[in-house]
Amino acid sequence: MQLFHKKKKTSVGDTIFVVCNTLFMICFVLITLYPILNTLAISFNDGTDALRGGIYLWPRKFTLKNYITVLQKDNLVTGAYISVARTVIGTLLSLACNAVLAFIVSRKRFMFKKQLSLFWVITMYVNGGMIPTFLLYKNLGLTNSFWVYVIPGMFSAFNMLVIRTYMNGIPESLEESAQLDGAGYTTVFLKIISPLCKPVYATVALFVAVGQWNSWFDAMLYNRMSSNLTTLQYELMKLLSSVTNQGNSVEAMKNAAGAVTPTSVRAAATVLTMLPIVCLYPFLQRYFVTGLTIGGVKE
Amino acid sequence: MAAIAKRKKEKITEPKVKITWKEVKSQKTLLIWSAFIVLYGIIFCYLPLGGWLMGFQNYRPKDGLLHSQFVGLAKFRQLFSDATFLRVIRNTLAMGVINLAATFFMAILFAILLNDIKSKGGKKVVQTISYLPHFLSWIIVTGILHDALSGTGIVNELLLKFGVLDQPLNFFAHPKYFWPIVAFANVWKETGWNAIIYLSAITSIDPSLYEAASIDGAGRWAKIKYITLPGIRPTIMILLLMNVGNVLNAGFEIQYLLGNGLVQSVSQTIDIYVLKWGISQNDFAIGTAAGIFKSFVSIVLIVIANEIAKRYGEERLF
Repeated sequence: MQLFHKKKKTSVGDTIFVVCNTLFMICFVLITLYPILNTLAISFNDGTDALRGGIYLWPRKFTLKNYITVLQKDNLVTGAYISVARTVIGTLLSLACNAVLAFIVSRKRFMFKKQLSLFWVITMYVNGGMIPTFLLYKNLGLTNSFWVYVIPGMFSAFNMLVIRTYMNGIPESLEESAQLDGAGYTTVFLKIISPLCKPVYATVALFVAVGQWNSWFDAMLYNRMSSNLTTLQYELMKLLSSVTNQGNSVEAMKNAAGAVTPTSVRAAATVLTMLPIVCLYPFLQRYFVTGLTIGGVKE
Repeated sequence: MAAIAKRKKEKITEPKVKITWKEVKSQKTLLIWSAFIVLYGIIFCYLPLGGWLMGFQNYRPKDGLLHSQFVGLAKFRQLFSDATFLRVIRNTLAMGVINLAATFFMAILFAILLNDIKSKGGKKVVQTISYLPHFLSWIIVTGILHDALSGTGIVNELLLKFGVLDQPLNFFAHPKYFWPIVAFANVWKETGWNAIIYLSAITSIDPSLYEAASIDGAGRWAKIKYITLPGIRPTIMILLLMNVGNVLNAGFEIQYLLGNGLVQSVSQTIDIYVLKWGISQNDFAIGTAAGIFKSFVSIVLIVIANEIAKRYGEERLF
């Protein structure tokens, strides 16, 4: 009883700590969320009005014009299609390839499992670098093509390691009993191991999908010349650099049609680009938390 | 993380499989799949390494890799006599180290403090919000940053209100603000995400240690100092080791997107230099040489960090 009582008692120092800690967390959340909410407010605000500043969390002069302008820009719409396509195709391909690779190297009896693992782990530390890679893709005919977004990322040592760690935890007896019943490796992979690996597949798919959705550098480097193949992020980047270069000069304002300015259009495009991620990620939380903890395992 | 350490010590003994014809036949499927995978790996991961030859050549696209004239280390000499390149190395290293230190410190601090929040719901909400920036692309993050730091942005507004400034400051026009802005952006984007792994390490610390410490009269700071920090130390070490090799890799997207002519002297990194010379100016040899130098330094850094860890009996990578 005495002990219990003692534990319950809070000292002044403790109270101060709790208050400071809570304040720290509130500041943290504010700093994280404010810029995002501010962009949201600007995107719904009249462009010329927004130049006066003073817009915080709520639009002052509500309008949907910014969004309408964005949706009327062909390059942004094409970019969005390409981004969706590369995210879907790239994620499926990469998941399938890494799952097969992880399956192979996690078979205890496989004769080259060590060598094959090492073959990929080396690629995590040594790579040709930007220019040799660029020349290779050019020679393979991957530049100015959609496939440059998905083919080079099909296999990745990191994702392979994450799936392998998970597969190593699956009891071998499952595989053995299936093989006694005459199942080959393909059946074991599709019917026994893969259904058990759904959580780790979800994790890896999430990592790959976010990476695909967010990447812009490959579009700039390999597909700059084909305007029908650029991605949403790259188009957003062009929008950003046009805003920072001309600023909100008189010229830019003259060009701006009516109530929209480059800044407000960009805010709307930013919100649309963020939207899928912001809507989805809270529901996928448990997958990436497990995935990251497994992913910390590296050999 | 503790699990890895344990597994390494145990050294699982596996039954040796003798390679016989029967074994090869039964593994036919695996072998065929592996063959395709290795072929892919050779083309996409190992073939570019052959391109490193360009760094030692007077490479001309029409002669190709095989017929270009070899010049030994001339390209490297040219590189190191270029004052711009030396400045670029300084920028890359400085920003890499500052970012590494800042993100590590903040992630550990955030994890420890969040772990001390009593309310389960509050903890969950804060953590969920903290991940969000990690999922946004650098394009979006730099766009947001531009808005926040612009003349009418929140930062200038607050500084004016509190009388720190008399008139709005253009943060992107002064070289001295560039490194701190980059460090802040990294911290903003990655703190919550990096803290995940520390939080899971903290939860795996035996709670009876804390109880025993309370009975002995240890305060909050003492518990953090003598139980939490030593408890997550192996995790910190492993992550630090994994990231040291990446110090030079961490310098491209944000610098490329935030940099401008006014801050060029502090914003250019090795990767930007490679992009500028190699892709835009078509000087493949110089670009490749700079890339080789980067890879070389990265590997040296990993090996050194690994050796230091070994000497002090810490976790290590290999």
